[in-house]
Amino acid sequence: MTATANSAHQLVVEGLRAGVTSREVLAGIDLEVRSGEVHAVMGPNGSGKSTLAHVLMGRPGYQVLGGSVTLDGHDLLALPAWQRARLGLFLAPQYPTEIPGVGLQELLAEALAATGQASVAGSGDGSATDRAAAEAVRVGLETKLLDRPVNMDLSGGERKRSETLQLAVLRPHIAILDELDSGLDVDGLRDVAHRVRAGVDEWGLGVLAITHYQRLLSVLRPDVVHVLVGGRIVASGGPDMAEELERTGYAQYITPGDVVADARPVRRPGFTDPI
Amino acid sequence: MTLTAFTADASSALAGPLWLATRRAGAWERFAAGSLPQEAEEVWRYSGIDRFDLSSFGPVQRPDRAPGPDLEVGRALAQPLGSRAALVVTYNGAIVGVESEPSVADDQLSVTSVLSNSDAPAGLGELAPAHDAFGELHDAFLADVVHVVVAKKAVLRDPVIVVHLVDRAAASGSAAAFPRSLVHVGPSAEAGVIELYASVGAPDTTGAADADHRAPPVLVIPVTELEVEDDAHLGYANLQVLDQACTELAVQASRVGRNSTLRSFTVSLGGGYARVRTDSDLIGQGGHTALLAAYLGTDKQVHDFRTLQDHHAPRTESELLFEGAVADEARSVYSGLIHIRNGAHGARAFQTNHNLVLSEGAHADSVPNLDIEENDVRCSHASTVGPIDEDQRYYLESRGISPAVAERLIVLGFFSDLANRAPFPGVGPWVENAVSHRLAGRLPSDRVEPATQDANDG
Repeated sequence: MTATANSAHQLVVEGLRAGVTSREVLAGIDLEVRSGEVHAVMGPNGSGKSTLAHVLMGRPGYQVLGGSVTLDGHDLLALPAWQRARLGLFLAPQYPTEIPGVGLQELLAEALAATGQASVAGSGDGSATDRAAAEAVRVGLETKLLDRPVNMDLSGGERKRSETLQLAVLRPHIAILDELDSGLDVDGLRDVAHRVRAGVDEWGLGVLAITHYQRLLSVLRPDVVHVLVGGRIVASGGPDMAEELERTGYAQYITPGDVVADARPVRRPGFTDPI
Repeated sequence: MTLTAFTADASSALAGPLWLATRRAGAWERFAAGSLPQEAEEVWRYSGIDRFDLSSFGPVQRPDRAPGPDLEVGRALAQPLGSRAALVVTYNGAIVGVESEPSVADDQLSVTSVLSNSDAPAGLGELAPAHDAFGELHDAFLADVVHVVVAKKAVLRDPVIVVHLVDRAAASGSAAAFPRSLVHVGPSAEAGVIELYASVGAPDTTGAADADHRAPPVLVIPVTELEVEDDAHLGYANLQVLDQACTELAVQASRVGRNSTLRSFTVSLGGGYARVRTDSDLIGQGGHTALLAAYLGTDKQVHDFRTLQDHHAPRTESELLFEGAVADEARSVYSGLIHIRNGAHGARAFQTNHNLVLSEGAHADSVPNLDIEENDVRCSHASTVGPIDEDQRYYLESRGISPAVAERLIVLGFFSDLANRAPFPGVGPWVENAVSHRLAGRLPSDRVEPATQDANDG
């Protein structure tokens, strides 16, 4: 399951339509991300970017209304999130979740075991602890934070460094980065972007980077930039396109009545506050 | 009061000095004249006490048995809790033995039975007077008191560990035990006490794995009084792993003096019905209490907590954090009151109760209350009842972790977050270990069809 630079992996999205409570947010998405490629997805607020990230990863609460998503030929839409992850998909969410009492090292050890990577003795990869310590230095996360429960009491920037660290330790085939640059200062942005780009070069990581800003992309060096408006990819182009969008905005791509608000799923009921 | 095996003769047959016999006789008279509490009373709401049948239980005659094996069991149970200043083992409320560590000087710490005292120990019953018929019953059948006195300015590095063994085999059929502890921490002293309640002669002392509901019931009414004088510090842990044939009705009462602290940590894992009443009085300016509890119910267990944070003095602080989980058809009740008395200005009091509901058949009730008679105070309460957080589960699963492992991590994390705040280094790992054993096979995903599990999933 560990990627090697030679094996090519491919995430293929065809005609993907999806939404929340039967409101269509993604209105037909076509994308192909291969090993070693960096794709950027840019678009105005509410265009469906986060929905795309979560539908690809398999977050409960979204309804797929049509189309297909495959990773190396496996039908992802038929699988729960954990099985998609085991096939090599990774999501760095925009808002990483706090998990009280569960250590980051513990999460990484379980995740490596789950993907069959931890039991590979003598591979030179080392244990979760060794890998995490090495990656902490590369992404600029204080080593002492590795012993903290996942995301607990971390700043926005530390969380994004932690996401990048997890990506680097787990070495997925394809990573979806949902606004990895939000919450980061200039130094943090540089550290995480360099680490992701190094993954592309080291083990052929394929990247789907959702962002508002060109700054992340100047380090990630996307091969393709897609513009997502109203749940559709309305334009795709080369790296220059990101700079152009930074200057001109999305006005030229928006037609009246086109914008569909992005949406989050409704939380499952069962939470009661008796006060 | 209906006819039961608890009789005046049984009470007066207990051994002890005159003051204790007199005390028992008085309690017996009040018990016989009264009636059992009812669910209609606010402090018994949700408890199911109306179904309680006292005639199922009976007093235990002091067993004629050698102390050696019980001491051995006590040592084994205490061992995982770490080093100690002294070990006390009781058997159905009677003290079997006291072992003090040679490194602790006699003039620093005294741990004794009260059966050879010519007078009642100072403070006995002051913090935990009999609140109801169960309290009177306890006093009428009290076998002995574990009396811990920490001398003024004494600083003890390790806690006193008290292991209370409860055994139904001692009685023909049913049984009852009334363990009692009285702890006095002198001015400017620092000490710790751990009490562990465990069943013996039962198939499972962790109180869980294969609860034998056909086992004869055992009534356990423990009472602990903790007096912390001025400028003193006490750490206290109360760990309950009785088997599920036990009905436990516990009282913990504390009084904390000026600039003193009490850090208390209660863990309720066992018992069929297990109730803990926690009364905490802050009587000296600048006094501070931290009251923590963790509970986990499985099968048809009921865990029932009633707490009182009673602020008498200015600038006193209390922080309460009770957290638990219910699985299978288990139930929990939390009902707590913060009382800020007139004159306790500058008081700060916090009360938090979180409940994880791990199965459809499980249920948790949470009732926080405030009674504030003073301005210029800071109080808050918060309470949640709900299933495992979906976002937390999704986050772990998006890292390739199976639902079963993700749930286990989240639930153990929930407890370990609390265990990390235990007042003794040995208690946190003990809790995590006990909870981990108890959870095996109890989480929703453990019931997922094996076919959907990944082959890699350990």
